[in-house]
Amino acid sequence: MHRFANPAQFNRLADAILPWATGAFVLLLGAGLYYAFFDSPPDYQQGESVRVMYIHVPAAWMAMFTYMVMAVASFTALVWRHPLALLAGRAAAPIGAVFTALALITGMLWGKPMWGTYWVWDGRLTSVLVLLFLYLGYMALWQAIDEEEKAGRAASILALVGVVNIPIIKFSVDWWSTLHQPASVMRLDGPTIDGSMLMPLLLMAGAYQAYFAVVFLWRMKLEINRRKLAVARQVSMHAPVGAE
Amino acid sequence: MSAEVKSIPMFMALVRRDVKLAWSQGGGAMLALGFFFVAVSLFPFGVGPAPQVLARIAPGVIWVVALLAAVISLDRLYQADYEDGSLDDLMLSPIGPIGISAAKVLAHWLSTTLPLALLAPAMGVLMNLPDQAYGTLILSLLVGTPALSLIGSVGAALTVAVRRGGVLMLLLILPLYVPTLIFGVGAVDAAMSLTDPLPHMALLAATTLIALVVGLFASAAALKLALE
Amino acid sequence: MGNDLMCRRGGRIVFDGLKFEASAGDFICLRGSNGSGKSTFLRTVCGFLPQAHGRLVWSVGGDESDHLPTEHFIQSGHQNGLKPNFSLRDNASFFVSLASGETVSHQDMRAAAAVFDLEHLLEDSVQYFSSGQRHRAALMRFALVRRQVWLMDEPTVGLDAANREALGQLIANHVAHGGIVIAATHDPLGVEGLELNMDDFQPKITVADEAWL
Repeated sequence: MHRFANPAQFNRLADAILPWATGAFVLLLGAGLYYAFFDSPPDYQQGESVRVMYIHVPAAWMAMFTYMVMAVASFTALVWRHPLALLAGRAAAPIGAVFTALALITGMLWGKPMWGTYWVWDGRLTSVLVLLFLYLGYMALWQAIDEEEKAGRAASILALVGVVNIPIIKFSVDWWSTLHQPASVMRLDGPTIDGSMLMPLLLMAGAYQAYFAVVFLWRMKLEINRRKLAVARQVSMHAPVGAE
Repeated sequence: MSAEVKSIPMFMALVRRDVKLAWSQGGGAMLALGFFFVAVSLFPFGVGPAPQVLARIAPGVIWVVALLAAVISLDRLYQADYEDGSLDDLMLSPIGPIGISAAKVLAHWLSTTLPLALLAPAMGVLMNLPDQAYGTLILSLLVGTPALSLIGSVGAALTVAVRRGGVLMLLLILPLYVPTLIFGVGAVDAAMSLTDPLPHMALLAATTLIALVVGLFASAAALKLALE
Repeated sequence: MGNDLMCRRGGRIVFDGLKFEASAGDFICLRGSNGSGKSTFLRTVCGFLPQAHGRLVWSVGGDESDHLPTEHFIQSGHQNGLKPNFSLRDNASFFVSLASGETVSHQDMRAAAAVFDLEHLLEDSVQYFSSGQRHRAALMRFALVRRQVWLMDEPTVGLDAANREALGQLIANHVAHGGIVIAATHDPLGVEGLELNMDDFQPKITVADEAWL
C-alpha cells in the first residue's frame, strides 16, 4: 500500500538532493552574511543593531514553516498511516524547536537596545513562546509512549491541534498593537522594506531553507536507519532456532 | 434490528455516572475545590496583605488558580476508565467516541469546574476584588472554563496510557490555555477598571467554541489510538 | 466472515492468513497457546485494532460492512470494567443504559444476577467483591443486554465449576436462539462448537516491516 514512497527510494532521493542542498546552504549563508554585515546600510532609526534582523526574521519564518511541515506530515501519518510521514514529523520537530528558540533569543537581544527590555508579554512573543512549547510537547509525547507507532500518532494529533497557533502568530501583530513591528515583507501590498535590506534578508532566508533541507534529510535518513536496525533486531530475536 | 439509537439516554447515563463518581469516595471534585480555596489563600501571604495590591492581582490569581484546580482533576479523566477496562465498553457504545468524550467533558465541567466558578466570588472576597467585578468574574469563568475541560480532555486522552502521564499532560495543555487565560482575565480587568468587558468576553467565547470543535475531535482520535 | 486476516502489534505480526466464518447459531472456541493472538483477534473483531491486511466482512440484515456495528455485539475483556464505588446494581444498570439507552426492570436485573448466583450481592459495593465475584459480575452483561454476537476473552478465568457450567448453559442457550459466540478459553465449556486454533495461523515471518530491510 505504501510502496509509492518506500524507504529505499527515499534514501536514494535524499542522497541525490543532499550535496546540492549543502552547497546551496554554504553559498547562500556566505553571501547572506557578507551582505548582512558589510554591504547593507545601517537603519536610520535603529543604527547597526538592525543587522540582528537578518538572523532573527528568517528564523521566525522557519519556525512557522517547520511547524507546517510537521503538521502536514502528521496529517499524512494519521489519514494514510504512512510510516515515513511519522518519521518526517519526528525529524522536523527538533529543527523547528531550534529555529523557534533562535528567533526568541535573537529577538530578545534585538529588543533590549530597541525597546529597552529583553521581553514583553505581547501577542507575538507569547504566541511564539507557545510554539516552542508545542514543539517540546510534541517531542515529549514521542518520548513518553513505549510503542513507537502509537507514540508518533499521538504526537501527530497534538501537532494538528497546535496548528491553531500558527495564524495567531502571523496576525498577532495586526490584532494587538504592540511593541513588535508589523510585517514588512510578507504583505499583500508588497514589501515595505528597502531593497538594500531585502536582498540580504532573502539570501539569509534561502540559507535557512537550505539548512533545513540538509538537516531534515539527514535526520530522516537517520530515523530510517534506526527503524531498520530495530526491525533487524526483532527479526533476529524472533527467528526460529535452527532455521536459516 | 431497529435503526433508532437512543443516544440521549446513553449520553446522559454517562454524564450522570461521571458526576456521581467525581463526588463519591476518591473522586476529584472535592479535591479541586479544596485546592482552589487553599491556593488562593496563600497569595496574601506571598505578596503581602495590602488591599490595593491584592485587588490589582485578584482577577489573575483567581483565574490561574481555578485553571490549575481544573487541570489537576483532569488528568484522571480517562485514565481510571482505561485502567479498569470500562473505556472499552464506553468506546463501544453506539454514541461513538466523540459522544463519549463530549459526555465525559460535560460531566467534568458540571462536577468540578462549575463549582469552582461558583466558589470564585468567595475567593474574590479573600482577594479584595472590587464590587463591580464580581458579575464579570463569574460570567467569564462560566464562558471560559468549558475550554479548559475540552483542551484538557485532549491532553488526558493523549496521555491515558502513559504511566505518570499527569506531568506530561500539563506540559502539553498548559500552553494551549494561554488564550483562555488572557481573555478571561482581560474581561475581569476591564470590569474592574469600569471599561467594557464585552470584547474580551466575545473572544473568550470564540476560544471556547474553537476548543469545542478541535477538542472533541482530537480527544476521540486520541482515545481510539489509546485502545489499539 | 474473515478472510486472510493479518494483524500486527508494535511492528510484530501476531497472526497471518487467518480465515474464519461465523453464522447465526455458531459457537467458536478460540484456542492457542499464550501469545498466539487470541486477544488480538478478538480486539480486531471488536474494531479496536485495524487489520494489517485481509478483510472482515459482516453481513447484517443483507447489508455488507467491513466492521461489526457496535449495536450488534457485546464483548468482555481481561478487565472487568466495574467501578468499585458503585453497587453491582448501579454498575449493571449503567452498562445497560450505555449500551442501549434503556433502563432495566427490577425483574430482569434479578434474573440476570441469578445466572451467576449474584442476587444477594446486587446492592453491595463492588469494592468488597472477591476477584471471582467481580468476574461473574462482569459476565452478567451477557444476560442483561440482547445482542447477537458475543465476544468473550477468557470468560472462565476464576470461575468455579458450578459457575462455569452456568456460563456454558448461557452460551448454549444463546447459540440455540441464533446467536454467535466467539470465546477464547482453555477450559471446556460443554458446548458443541467449532474450534479455531490460533497456533495454525502463526506467521512465517514475525516482523511486519520486513520491507524496511
